[in-house]
Amino acid sequence: MAAPLQSITDTQPIETGPKTLTGSQVIWEALANEGVKVVFGYPGGAIMPAYDALTDYPNVRHILVRHEQGAAHMADGFARASGNVGVCIATSGPGATNLVTGIATAMMDSIPMVAITGQVPSYVIGTDAFQETDITGITLPITKHNFLVTRAEDIGPTIRKAFYIAASGRPGPVLVDITKDAQQASTEYRYDGAPVRMPGYRPDRQPVSSEIERAADMIKAAKRPIIFCGHGVIKANATAALLELVHKTNIPVALTLLGLGGFPASHERSLGMMGMHGEAWVNKAIQEADLIIALGMRFDDRVTGNLKTYAPNAKKIHVELDPAEINKNVKVDLPLLGDVREILRLLTPHVDGVNCRDWVQHIEDSKGDSAVREIQHMPDNGRLFAAHVIHDLWRCTDGRALVVTDVGQHQMWEAQYYKHDHPRKLLTSGGLGTMGFALPAAMGARFACPDDDVWVIAGDGGFQMTACELATCAQEGIKVNIAVINNGFLGMVRQWQQFFYGGRYVATPIKSPDFVKLAEAHGLKGIRVTQRDQVKAAVEEARACKDTVLIDFRVEQEDSVYPMVPAGADLDKMIRRPKPVTAEEHNPIFEIGKDKI
Amino acid sequence: MTPREAPKTHTFVAYVEDQPGVLNRVTSLFRRRNYNIVSLNVGRTHEAGISRMTMVVEANDDHQARRIEANLYKMVNVLSVEDITHKPSVARDLALIKVKVGPDKRPEVLQLCEVFRARPVDVHPDTLIVEITGTQDKIDGLTTMLAPFGILELVQTGTVAMTRGDKGEAADSAHPSTSLKAIVAA
Repeated sequence: MAAPLQSITDTQPIETGPKTLTGSQVIWEALANEGVKVVFGYPGGAIMPAYDALTDYPNVRHILVRHEQGAAHMADGFARASGNVGVCIATSGPGATNLVTGIATAMMDSIPMVAITGQVPSYVIGTDAFQETDITGITLPITKHNFLVTRAEDIGPTIRKAFYIAASGRPGPVLVDITKDAQQASTEYRYDGAPVRMPGYRPDRQPVSSEIERAADMIKAAKRPIIFCGHGVIKANATAALLELVHKTNIPVALTLLGLGGFPASHERSLGMMGMHGEAWVNKAIQEADLIIALGMRFDDRVTGNLKTYAPNAKKIHVELDPAEINKNVKVDLPLLGDVREILRLLTPHVDGVNCRDWVQHIEDSKGDSAVREIQHMPDNGRLFAAHVIHDLWRCTDGRALVVTDVGQHQMWEAQYYKHDHPRKLLTSGGLGTMGFALPAAMGARFACPDDDVWVIAGDGGFQMTACELATCAQEGIKVNIAVINNGFLGMVRQWQQFFYGGRYVATPIKSPDFVKLAEAHGLKGIRVTQRDQVKAAVEEARACKDTVLIDFRVEQEDSVYPMVPAGADLDKMIRRPKPVTAEEHNPIFEIGKDKI
Repeated sequence: MTPREAPKTHTFVAYVEDQPGVLNRVTSLFRRRNYNIVSLNVGRTHEAGISRMTMVVEANDDHQARRIEANLYKMVNVLSVEDITHKPSVARDLALIKVKVGPDKRPEVLQLCEVFRARPVDVHPDTLIVEITGTQDKIDGLTTMLAPFGILELVQTGTVAMTRGDKGEAADSAHPSTSLKAIVAA
């Protein structure tokens, strides 16, 4: 009984009755039923039927990107900022392969994303048809799961499954590859809002109470405990639960790069970032600790340094959702499998009588020799340091901006100098370290947080990788503020060349276009800043402008990120910032009395 | 043929959805995580739509074996997975061995076959195909004995394994109370 093909003028897509639609229409119906309001994409042959049907769904906004990598990062940025699934869409072949970097970025950082790709018609698959690529094969190791859909009737249920898989358990990207003939065929579609049931996929895990008690005993017995706040704390919305544990126990908290914001930086017990460019006192404390309570983090090599000498005195409790992360890099004494927030909720009532006052004092005392902070106290002699820029940006934005960083030196400076007090306000590519991430991810985040002050912080190298998306900002009216930390080098590689390759700067000096003119060529505002006393005015001008503004910060060319644990070295064997030659002055702008640092 | 030094291995039994690409997903996981497969056997089960895999994988220690199991379990198409290495179980390989042997030495080879309970399944004037079922040790034992005659070809199925006792099917180790039928019915 085939109902006649009805014309779709209905703008309220959520209906439960069955209706006959084309596969293309089902794509948008299914997305709308998952609550999708915006998708980022680029059309092409094999996805044209879907694009054609988009006109029937005015409630879904499509953002036309300039390169599909940008679409994937935008979906990623949307997901990071909102906690919901981000969606990108591309055609077959090159459109699909251009998504790959963005999908891999999302995979490494466990970001819920659904990528929809067109595929050549099912009857020519395997014939090397025009723009045919085995994208499900290509993305197999960089997706949480993927689907090839060849029949219109499978599109709706598959998209529902894709959203469920992407968002549940440890989140991740899911790719749905839909053949052109499946998009064109007609089918009955009925939205089924019932929970998705998949026999082989059971992401839920209930914490075991005896293990919670054991963890509590270990915490009570500890003299020098330290909590690690990882990305999982943010994903599980566990900040409040973590604050409760810390208020009760006074245990200091160290953060991973992706965990920044998961625990307020201004909190008394916040130590700051750990790892390769972490604060010296944090890494020292980790090496001295007798108990690590690791929350939602995976002991990445950038965090641990040399595994053989890592935290040698510490027992380790690993609170983690994914059992495959247990004992992967660091052998732990007690794994607690499950949702971080739920485990903290169960654990906190059991931890009484923890006294680590001496330990906290010991760490506080060791902060005195921090070299990280010294740059802020360097004289304002007209030179512009990247750290100045970030520090001042933090002050000008009251620490409330939603900051999206690229990858490299500026990323580490941001992590060190922009103090995030709230979760989901720092978005950065931590696992894959994808240059070109910042601008498109920030544009995606803009749709998740329309009222936020969104800042892109990028280097001159990474920014150029996806600078084409400036045109998307202009066309779609997307407002972000862009701080290009321009030092004329691929700075982090240059730093490694300086430290470890005899100062041979091979392929790291980089010539950029005039960024101010580049912004202007897109009809956007560009500002150049060469001295520290210009920073505040430029930041304020950018914030006041309704369009995207790019600020070209011409910073010290050969400055390095300190401290630094060389790759694979012991965590407390750090390269420290050389003492400034003229340290007698103390004149940083915006310095306020109550500021501890 | 030099005797292989036995690597430390773990044997996993997994039930997977019988769908195109599932084997590729599993092997892709092993490749990506740098796990070395010693042998892998896939076949359909008595339940429609469900295949069973027996995987013998090199693992340095129990931690690594746990991670292999956890990574397999995470896969959407994997219904259940169990590490049966330390459980009472039956593990068998089947091998076909083509030996270069003429009429003069044939009785000698047949006698060896009898000792190993192997069966001759094809005889030609200059060759003999022997079928042997058993553990890897037993198959290695026979191949060592046949080597001096000249082994022309050898093919092995890879291990298939099953736990002993009255348990009808491999329990899902992460959800011990869940039987395979219940998982599929869900």
